[in-house]
Amino acid sequence: MFFNSLLTNFAALEVGQHLYWQIGNIRLHGQVFLTSWILLGALLVFISLGTKKMENDPKGLQNLLEFLWDYIRDLARTQIGEKVYRDWMPFIGTLFLFVFVSNWGGALIPWRLIKLPSGELGAPTADINTTIALALLVSLSYFYAGLSNKGWRYFEYYVHPTPIMLPFKILEDFTKPLSLSFRLFGNILADELVVGVLVFLVPLILPIPVMFLGLFTSAIQALIFATLAAYYIGEAVEEHH
Amino acid sequence: MLAFNFFGATEGGLFDINATLPLMAIQVVALTYILNSLFFKPVGNVVEKREKFVSNNIIQAKNKLSEVKKLEADLLTQLQSARSEAQRIVSEAENESDKLYKEALELANNEANASKEKARLEIESQTSAARDQLSKQADDLSTLIVNRLILEK
Repeated sequence: MFFNSLLTNFAALEVGQHLYWQIGNIRLHGQVFLTSWILLGALLVFISLGTKKMENDPKGLQNLLEFLWDYIRDLARTQIGEKVYRDWMPFIGTLFLFVFVSNWGGALIPWRLIKLPSGELGAPTADINTTIALALLVSLSYFYAGLSNKGWRYFEYYVHPTPIMLPFKILEDFTKPLSLSFRLFGNILADELVVGVLVFLVPLILPIPVMFLGLFTSAIQALIFATLAAYYIGEAVEEHH
Repeated sequence: MLAFNFFGATEGGLFDINATLPLMAIQVVALTYILNSLFFKPVGNVVEKREKFVSNNIIQAKNKLSEVKKLEADLLTQLQSARSEAQRIVSEAENESDKLYKEALELANNEANASKEKARLEIESQTSAARDQLSKQADDLSTLIVNRLILEK
């Protein structure tokens, strides 16, 4: 009986269905916010536990957090450059942590055991709204970074080696958020679907390698997203000579 | 659950874009500020303080090492000069003793030669004296023999 209900729970594969929340005229995808709040809550609890008692000789969680911090700093420094990476490190780090926690949380926690009236819980990054939001934030960030660092000279970047580049550079401003958001969305959704379909077909053992592959992709996607965001910002603040 | 209170109609599709987008953006911006004050700043402070501490220690250690090397070189030159000084003193003393030895040897040789000469002279004089006496006695004896022969005749 229990096994049976487990099976039906696992096997329910819903694509493109959402749990709608209606606030006034605004409609929201409730399942995205629910999972993101749970995961971000866990992240914040983890981080506050790790930073509660900071010591010069790090112990336990502090070690892990310092490693994470160092990792993010290296990422930001190599992509953005020594001069301004400090300003952007929290943003890049937040992107990385948010995407990583969302992806892994979506892959590791058996959300489907929790039944919703409509739609199902899953990685927040498997929703196109989340990834477009992140990508647009990245776009705004690199424009802001370029303009605040170089003023109007930022637009020299558009004609940089030659003015022939102008249409391509303008096109890039649209393709950058598009590729960022669809890459993340597609990878995570595809991973969830593959695991879902495999679980539906063969519920035991066989999906496990695919789940591991999913964890790998999830981590890689987080790294790619953060690295590209940092790279775009670095490109915007770079001085041409 | 909270979710059930907000339960609404189902529509949608994969590319259903709605107010979730701006709200998620605001949520991520808020998360950036929260993580900055909760994670990036405090951890950064600790890590950078430690990095500064370590690099300061390394600089200090390097300074000390160079000081030690300087002192070592200093000591080495001192040691070398002391060694050459000692060598000089030893060779001087050797020369001195050599000279003294030679002088003493010469003195002794001279003395020995002198006394040998003296002895030789004495021996010579005594020899000649003895020879004189002997020849005198031979004369006396010959005279005596001659006289006796003459007297007997």
